Amino acid sequence: MQHVDGNAIAGPLAEFFAFDVTTAVARCNGCGSVAELARAMVYTSPAGSVLRCASCEQVLATLVESDDRAWIGFSGVSAIEVRRR
Amino acid sequence: MSDASTATATSATSEPAPALAAMPRAGWHVATVVATRQETAKAARLELDVDGWPGNAAGQHLDLRLTAPDGYTVTRSYSIASSGPGTRVVLAVDKLPDGEVSPFLVDEVRVGDRLEVHGPLGAFFVWRPVDRGAVRAAGDGAGGAASALRARPVQLIAGGSGIVPLFAMATAHAEARDLTPFRMLYSVRTPDDLFFAEELMALAAASDVFRLDLVYTRRTPDGWPNLAGRVTRAALAAAVLPATERPIVYVCGSTGFVERVASWLIELGHDARDIRTERFGGI
Ligand SMILES: Cc1cc2nc3c(=O)[nH]c(=O)nc-3n(C[C@H](O)[C@H](O)[C@H](O)COP(=O)(O)OP(=O)(O)OC[C@H]3O[C@@H](n4cnc5c(N)ncnc54)[C@H](O)[C@@H]3O)c2cc1C
Ligand SMILES: [Zn+2]
Repeated sequence: MQHVDGNAIAGPLAEFFAFDVTTAVARCNGCGSVAELARAMVYTSPAGSVLRCASCEQVLATLVESDDRAWIGFSGVSAIEVRRR
Repeated sequence: MSDASTATATSATSEPAPALAAMPRAGWHVATVVATRQETAKAARLELDVDGWPGNAAGQHLDLRLTAPDGYTVTRSYSIASSGPGTRVVLAVDKLPDGEVSPFLVDEVRVGDRLEVHGPLGAFFVWRPVDRGAVRAAGDGAGGAASALRARPVQLIAGGSGIVPLFAMATAHAEARDLTPFRMLYSVRTPDDLFFAEELMALAAASDVFRLDLVYTRRTPDGWPNLAGRVTRAALAAAVLPATERPIVYVCGSTGFVERVASWLIELGHDARDIRTERFGGI
């Protein structure tokens, strides 16, 4: 399966966050680029989803879900900016 | 990899996505199928009435979950072809013959069936009509930044079923009598593969500010001036608003289509920050 946009995991992330994380602007640890998570690349498999930086392909975030819990990692993101208004 | 979503800018996008409070909270809802119709030989249009749906903006999507009797579930994303308040949403689904979910939605779903949907989702791939009152107010000052942004024209580029969220934007634009220049480039295999054919023709015929350009990749209508074939860089350059007009560009379709188009847009001088993409997957 080909990757899609970060936008496509707005649904899974909305289960755990009180706002649409995909519109938040994140800084990549790998290359320093700053972009909305919606612009990242998402690779989804039965095991979960991996978000990669669109500039350098470094892993920004991972999401693994089971029936009774979820593991959400933001290993490649150094900061997230959330707009209040 | 060369990718249009490549962003090395140090600031957020020039026209930011709506802030937290502006978007209704997404949730799971029970949707009842209230109408189905054949969209093309291999695609269907579904109208759902969604219990508790808070309305949605043009360009948003939902996640649709199917559960088998043994509890096995599959979830897929579908763009919403409609927008605005109310509990009705329209989807259009293209059938992938070897797919798990799309053949069910296209061939099996009947009026009265219930489906689980999660949404509205995604505040990034969204277009909102201009609030003309706000633009006039902001434009009164010499540096009316808001109006300068809002006045930017919009280029929509669809490949195949990628038309779905862009159709919602074109409809919202017409319904709001928004005067922002809107252009749509829509690539489809044959004249029989057009989604929303009548509606799009009517929008284009009724409006001075909406222009529709069609590219047929396999077979053209009789008397069509161009040969059948994929969108080329030259065809793209000829049809889309030039980078000098600083359009906001929305590109939607299969991953391969979106990436080809987005990389050409960059080569044609468009700023990566001005390009918003929605990849549907596939090749
Ligand atoms: C945000 C978002 C919005 C979407 N909106 C729509 C929409 O409005 N209408 C619509 O019809 N689809 C849409 N899609 C695609 C949709 O989510 C499914 O991927 C598609 O319906 C195929 O699902 P399936 O279960 O039938 O096929 P699967 O069982 O998932 O896949 C079957 C085979 O088809 C390939 N494939 C998967 N997706 C595609 C694709 N899009 N094009 C070509 N080949 C593919 C796979 O690689 C696989 O080989 C959207 C996807 C995203 C991420
Ligand atoms: Zn990076």
